[in-house]
Amino acid sequence: MSLFKYESEVREPLVKGNKTYHQITEDIIKPIEVKPTKLWYVGLVIALILLGFGVLSVYQEVVYGIGQWNLNKTVGWGWDITNFVWWVGIGHAGTLISAILLLFRQGWRTGVNRAAEAMTIFAVMCAGQFPIFHMGRVWMAMYVLPYPNTRGSLWPNFESPLLWDVFAISTYFTVSLLFWYSGLLPDFATVRDRAKTKLRKLLYGVAAFGWSGSTKHWQRHESLSLVLAGLSTPLVLSVHTIVSFDFATSVIPGWHTSIFPPYFVAGAVFSGFAMVQTLLLMVRHVLGLQDYITMGHIEAMNKVIVLTASIVGCAYLTELFMAWYSQNKYEGYAFFYSRVNLFSPYGWSYWGMMSCNVIVPQIFWFSKLRRNIALTFFMSILINVGMWFERFVIIVTSIYRDYLPSSWTVYYSPTIWEIGFYLGTFGLFFTCFFLFAKYFPVIAVAEIKSVLKTTGDNYHEKMLPAEQMTAEEFAHEYAH
Amino acid sequence: MAKKKFVVACYDDDDKVFPAIKKCKEAGYKIHDVYTPFPVHGLDHALGMRETSLHTAGFIFGITGTTTALSCMTWILTSDWPQIYGGKPHFALPAFIPITFELTVLFAAVGMVMTFMWICKLAPGVKKHIFDVRATDDLFVMPIECTSKTNVEDLEAFMQSTGACKVNVQVAETEWWWGRYDVDDEPYLINDVPVEA
Repeated sequence: MSLFKYESEVREPLVKGNKTYHQITEDIIKPIEVKPTKLWYVGLVIALILLGFGVLSVYQEVVYGIGQWNLNKTVGWGWDITNFVWWVGIGHAGTLISAILLLFRQGWRTGVNRAAEAMTIFAVMCAGQFPIFHMGRVWMAMYVLPYPNTRGSLWPNFESPLLWDVFAISTYFTVSLLFWYSGLLPDFATVRDRAKTKLRKLLYGVAAFGWSGSTKHWQRHESLSLVLAGLSTPLVLSVHTIVSFDFATSVIPGWHTSIFPPYFVAGAVFSGFAMVQTLLLMVRHVLGLQDYITMGHIEAMNKVIVLTASIVGCAYLTELFMAWYSQNKYEGYAFFYSRVNLFSPYGWSYWGMMSCNVIVPQIFWFSKLRRNIALTFFMSILINVGMWFERFVIIVTSIYRDYLPSSWTVYYSPTIWEIGFYLGTFGLFFTCFFLFAKYFPVIAVAEIKSVLKTTGDNYHEKMLPAEQMTAEEFAHEYAH
Repeated sequence: MAKKKFVVACYDDDDKVFPAIKKCKEAGYKIHDVYTPFPVHGLDHALGMRETSLHTAGFIFGITGTTTALSCMTWILTSDWPQIYGGKPHFALPAFIPITFELTVLFAAVGMVMTFMWICKLAPGVKKHIFDVRATDDLFVMPIECTSKTNVEDLEAFMQSTGACKVNVQVAETEWWWGRYDVDDEPYLINDVPVEA
């Protein structure tokens, strides 16, 4: 008769199979040391082609001017800012997983945090391209930085949300990069110490910064991770809040909404988790990491997805309610004509958003569906399509018809160079991600080792005898 | 640069390290350090290390960021080039908050990482002696410092008795130096035999 149950019967093990420390190293580091597969080369080449097309599109815009895009006086923000907000949103899941889940002591983050943080960094890199090239005269991009200059000194407007964006996104990128890289140091040292070839020893030796695994260093490293997590948590919430201020502080019907900050943050987490699912399902399959990224991990992320889907759903309905409740006719026009009316010019995008983001993700209330890999993969892509629609709806449907009907735009649709720029960021993102998946440990090796003894088969075997003991035996055995 | 002689004991499980540390301390041996593949909780206390004050450094960097942002924006918008934006007063504190917050986080994070790298002596090109290459894989490596009075054979036998899976003697540089990991720039001795590259 067992007295205690040490292993939760509801919580799944974080690592499957009876692994030793060495096996964990082998499983995760091995893909770095062998030749990449054909599939990897195919993927990389496709990504590079997209990147090349993106570079050509940007070249067109820089050389011939912003007129290469279909933006006009009414629709001043189109695909470019839509894509910017979309990518920044995707970039939120990494820090959420690594920071907020660390503070909440969620053990399952260890399996997915490395890849999610990498994704964050690449997504923010892609996002940054859009506002920079949207400036038009990109060679003057440094004017947004407050440095003493011979123009006055003329300073940027520190009270503008657009400048807050500059600070928020560059801070977010820097802090995410530092957090990610400080976590990578011990794992690079593992690759370095296993390396058989001279080149690998040299490169990973440089990348590991001379990490030795000393107890004092680990103690400081733990402290550093915890404080960086504490700093990143309000940071990640602030970034999309500030992005939402770009809209919320204006007086455009459809933008001038105080619900925007929480609604944007929830949407960002939503789309970010969907992108993490897309990437991890591929990585897990290609690198054979099913023991580390388990069904439990996928299910946990699907739970976050269904929660945030419902939050954004609430936000959509609140907006509609407020548009009606305020009885403001401009607000009413923006919401009930430009958006909800399926037969208005952009009605399709509103209903695309509603179905992809709110209605369909409700299937994840069912455990069976949350644990279905093919469905999860399909949903992760569908959700990101939906989230793209959300940004498009917010931006374009609010501005394509302004207060003066004579300046109402004809139907805005992107030129090939706008589309090319967007595809180009996909190229950049996947080029970076393919290189990451090949040359970096995609799972935090040291962190997995540190949770090994408290989860999974090892723990179960260790605790089995204790569970069989009587109280006296237990007290005798475990009273140190 | 100071070279010292060490008896290096390797353990294959973190649970074996704690009793071994206790025994070494009781016997009066000086533990140089313990190298582990992952952070083993409680090891710092077992070795008698004090808590790190890295977070204090983070706090100081953070408030430096806060004051930098606030004072710069205040100076620029009230005295260097006063302008009215959106009907707000020159000193519009609520509108300064986002940038103040971002700079606080930026300074704290960058400052802390730099401090961490400085005190741990981590940088590209830094090289340190590796007592055992498996210390970053699956071994817990505990080098014991030998003094002129230490009987090395006795110490080796003692370390075996503490449950080590591998014991050897090494003469090693204790500090860091600039170097590459693919070249052996120091002839270290393991069991008095030069290490092969």
